Amino acid sequence: MIVAKRKPFEEIKQLLKSYKKVLNVGCGTCVAVCLAGGEKEVSVLNAELDMSRRLDNDPVEITGITIERQCDREYLEALDAKSGDYDALLSMACGAGVQFLAERYPKIPVLPAVDTTFIGVNQAVGWYEERCRSCSSCVLGQTGGICPVTMCAKGLYNGPCGGTNKGNCEIDNSQPCAWHMIYERLKGQGRLECILEITPANDWQNQIPRTVIQPGYSKPETAGK
Amino acid sequence: MKSGSNLEKILKAGHFAFTGELGPPRGTGVDEVKHKASFLKGMVDAVNITDNQTAVVRMASWAASIIAIQEGLEPNYQMVCRDRNRLAMQSDILGAYALGVRNMLCLSGDHQKFGDHPQAKGVFDIDSMQLIGMVKNMRDEGKFLGGTNIEHPPKIFIGAAANPFADPFEWRVFRLAKKIKAGVDFIQTQCVFNMEKFRAFVQQANDMGLTEKVYLLAGVTPMKSIGMARYMKAKVPGMDVPDAIIKRLQGVDKGKVADEGIKIACEQIEEFKEMKGVAGVHLMAIEWEHMVPEIAERAKVLPRPVIV
Repeated sequence: MIVAKRKPFEEIKQLLKSYKKVLNVGCGTCVAVCLAGGEKEVSVLNAELDMSRRLDNDPVEITGITIERQCDREYLEALDAKSGDYDALLSMACGAGVQFLAERYPKIPVLPAVDTTFIGVNQAVGWYEERCRSCSSCVLGQTGGICPVTMCAKGLYNGPCGGTNKGNCEIDNSQPCAWHMIYERLKGQGRLECILEITPANDWQNQIPRTVIQPGYSKPETAGK
Repeated sequence: MKSGSNLEKILKAGHFAFTGELGPPRGTGVDEVKHKASFLKGMVDAVNITDNQTAVVRMASWAASIIAIQEGLEPNYQMVCRDRNRLAMQSDILGAYALGVRNMLCLSGDHQKFGDHPQAKGVFDIDSMQLIGMVKNMRDEGKFLGGTNIEHPPKIFIGAAANPFADPFEWRVFRLAKKIKAGVDFIQTQCVFNMEKFRAFVQQANDMGLTEKVYLLAGVTPMKSIGMARYMKAKVPGMDVPDAIIKRLQGVDKGKVADEGIKIACEQIEEFKEMKGVAGVHLMAIEWEHMVPEIAERAKVLPRPVIV
């Protein structure tokens, strides 16, 4: 899932300072699971903003709504009738959700309440770790299911570098060396030949905005509308 | 001859090579480079010019390499993958070659987190293995990585590093084999302190026939003080300093520690001269360039052979 963390309160407050009537839009998918921008986080943030602005003698009328997914047109539709009633929309979705909302309501300022952080896993409630950089050319089949682009601090395709430190990365003793893990896992599986070959220079595909159209589908005529 | 560099000639002729190192200044001080170069001239076959080592900004390694040439030294131009993408790397290689650089050392580079700009974006567009392959392709096929032709390709003697001491130890010799497959001509190893482990590494490389395909230069760093030895043991990732080295330095009078460090280095060099599979020594006298003449003298590697 996409993991995000809420922006510092003062930063959010600053973003909203000139608006009197705000709709805070939560997202019920990734950011809800990682406890950053779901229904509960919307109500907590709204209560904080309401209180703080009242103390400043500058009250704000702030309402909350959480939709299933802000990155899906189907769910955004629910906001069409309401959005015009507000000075600004605050989005607690990931960066994709914020932009999709802004694209749909181009006349209304749409502001982010979270910092989108990574694609990761849920290690325990409230504890998430990065696992994927969405590079568009997955090598996990050769690297024992451990991503060198994400997990190696230098993103090496032909590691390990000379900085491995008792199985850890040179940058941090608590960070395992990705290539050490790759080696150990492939050795355990009897597949070390996977990394005997040189992986050539990567064809970086994440340098421009990417579009995926699955086989059998085409770009909808309503795209961008 | 692949490049015709002095280092290549020395190695090809079967002489025991002796290379040094020079760190460019943290500013524009040409005199500082010249001053350091003055101690190395005539003492080494080539001198590594480090590239923003430890991720600290310094004078460009190509520029310091040119100054070294002007001072009568042959540079081994170091390039790390941390600071440049493939376009910048290839253009720097063309420029450096055009100005007389003939040897290169291809490295990943220390992570930017260690340096004076920890907020920097690490580039790592390609890694050291891919850099070796890119330079070889430029030299032997006359092609850029993107596939187009190079007018007057750069004829570079290609070097890389190997660290026999970083784990997983068993994999290090295979990584060396990958670098050879990528096209490396010579290897300079991380500073050797654990001789037992190094002997085992070279034995493996010999058994796999690797030392017949690449010139292996053993890294030697004389310890200047007990503090330096302790620091390298505890703080430098991938460095293996046995307690016996520290104990030996502790066993001499305070004023004799540096001398003992040089003695240890010279003993190592003597062993390397006889070691099958080792083609030379790379001396990293860190910020101790002025001691290189004395070390070279005591290591009995002088005079350096001159090959026309």
